[in-house]
Amino acid sequence: MSDLTTDAPNISQSPWGQAWRRFRGNYAALLGLVILTTIIFVAIFGPSIYGVDPYEMLWAPFSAPGLDGFILGTDYLGRDLLAQIIAGARVSIIIGLSAAFMSVVIGVSIGALAGFYRGWVEEILMRITEFFQVLPTLLFSMVIVALFGASLPMITFAIGVVSWTAVARITRSEFLRIRELEFVMASRASGTRPVKIIFNVILPNALPPIIVQSALMVGSAILFEAGLSFLGLTDPNVVSWGQIIGSNRQYILDAGYTVTFPGVAIFITVLCISLVGDGLNDALNPKLKER
Amino acid sequence: MNFLQTLLVRSVYAIILLTAVLILNFSMMHLAPGDVADTIAQANGGADAEVLEAIRAEYGLDQPFLVQLGRYIGNVMQLNLGYSFYYREPVTELIIQRLPATLLLVFSAQILALLVGVFLGVVSAQKPNGLTSHFVTFIALFGYSAPVFWTGILLLIGFSLQFQWFPVAGMRDVTIDGGFWIKSWDVVVHLMLPMITLASVFLALYSRLTRATMLEQLRTDYVRTAYAKGMPHLKIVYQHALKNALSPVITLAGLQFSAVISGAVLVEAVFSWPGLGTLAFTSILARDTPTILGILFFSALVVIIGNLLTDLAQRLVDPRIGGKE
Repeated sequence: MSDLTTDAPNISQSPWGQAWRRFRGNYAALLGLVILTTIIFVAIFGPSIYGVDPYEMLWAPFSAPGLDGFILGTDYLGRDLLAQIIAGARVSIIIGLSAAFMSVVIGVSIGALAGFYRGWVEEILMRITEFFQVLPTLLFSMVIVALFGASLPMITFAIGVVSWTAVARITRSEFLRIRELEFVMASRASGTRPVKIIFNVILPNALPPIIVQSALMVGSAILFEAGLSFLGLTDPNVVSWGQIIGSNRQYILDAGYTVTFPGVAIFITVLCISLVGDGLNDALNPKLKER
Repeated sequence: MNFLQTLLVRSVYAIILLTAVLILNFSMMHLAPGDVADTIAQANGGADAEVLEAIRAEYGLDQPFLVQLGRYIGNVMQLNLGYSFYYREPVTELIIQRLPATLLLVFSAQILALLVGVFLGVVSAQKPNGLTSHFVTFIALFGYSAPVFWTGILLLIGFSLQFQWFPVAGMRDVTIDGGFWIKSWDVVVHLMLPMITLASVFLALYSRLTRATMLEQLRTDYVRTAYAKGMPHLKIVYQHALKNALSPVITLAGLQFSAVISGAVLVEAVFSWPGLGTLAFTSILARDTPTILGILFFSALVVIIGNLLTDLAQRLVDPRIGGKE
């Protein structure tokens, strides 16, 4: 409450402009955004800039970092660890983004329908949500991947289909709150179609917490994918961060770095995502900051 | 609603949830390519079409879907989860053997995370800008961002390989001979690293929430009144404010049970902990369908029981909850 003067709304700015101004003032979030942008840049252009084949056996196994010209050393098959981590960035980020996207679509749809229509629709949809909260998510995804094949789309599906419950609950509670507000009443009274009320009237106002949750979802999806591929439930022909850790795990006595570096990559990526998420939270929901 | 009624309603609801889990699992297995007959044939080095048909008829796989589903649910109600063709043992027995290890890991990690998390949260709420507070923010970020299996491997490298303070894998040392207490202590020593690894994820969550709710409580009127009448600081914090701040933390802990089990699967894989996670992993690789189904069922059961226990704990902490329902 003390920073009322600095946080006074600037009338000349749109709400999104104000949010950006608040985000800009959060140095941790900005740093996260910068590092994240760099990681995405590396994921897109890294393989062509670094130009070393991550799948080719180039040298003796377990050459320590810095020796023999390999910046991060070589793995148990003598492959360049740095090239593998760069190639893994692409897979981890693509799966993270698309699985998070899928769970946001499912979560928002279910939460919006439940919060808008209430009654038996809400009852059924929220029971389904609870059902998915009871399922141990990782075990369930492991079963899906094991039964239906470890292709990247199937892995994305397996992560997305178990991760949407938090989004659904948040969307529902926002819809429950907003549907009672006057402008929604007004558009109902003027005969706006329900679909239009859901998407054009309520959803835009419910977005801030959903955006924050979606940002965090990307982080958890990356962790989830890393967990699955650590267990070996991944496309064996595609390198990803978790898979590097999983396949080098037996050799930690000889070469701890083969496990450490890919883990650092996951850690930094998810850390930056959560810093950005926290920044978004403070920027989009300034009133909640004190809580 | 009184306590017994609530328990009854909860149990009925739990049974419905578990039935839904069974139906979902069974449908998934049904949709997946390959069936038990293929698995048996594979385990015995292949079979021709005729033999496959015979196996299918013997196990009722040629029956319509609903008949098979009904029979499966009926069997599960009698605690018969089928027979594992990979381990050559009834699935129920397999799971009962491994369940205690997982329960030990899951519950000890939850309790450790809650104790340390709540303590850190309370300490940091008293000095929102102090050193502990920054430390809580730091471990909260670490706990959320570090993959749990990676944390486990790092601890393993540090404390089992470099310093050799803790054993590298497993739950017992078979070479140790002795009485009950010596063997129990051996399990505790083996449990340490897996428990700390798993707790690190949830510790962060609980300390952060406790810090937030404690900050809220310390600003309330009743706390100010308590100070005004000269009540000792520690008594206010730990007896009055903490009691009110705990309720949301316990709710959160209850919601985490399915995540804790997911984490336990990974931790078990790192430390070769002989629990359900390791069993799930090997049976998935072996395509041992009945075992996988059984594990999913039992882990959902553990989550439901965990939720129920959280509910009870909630009532102990906050008697108002019973009255509201």
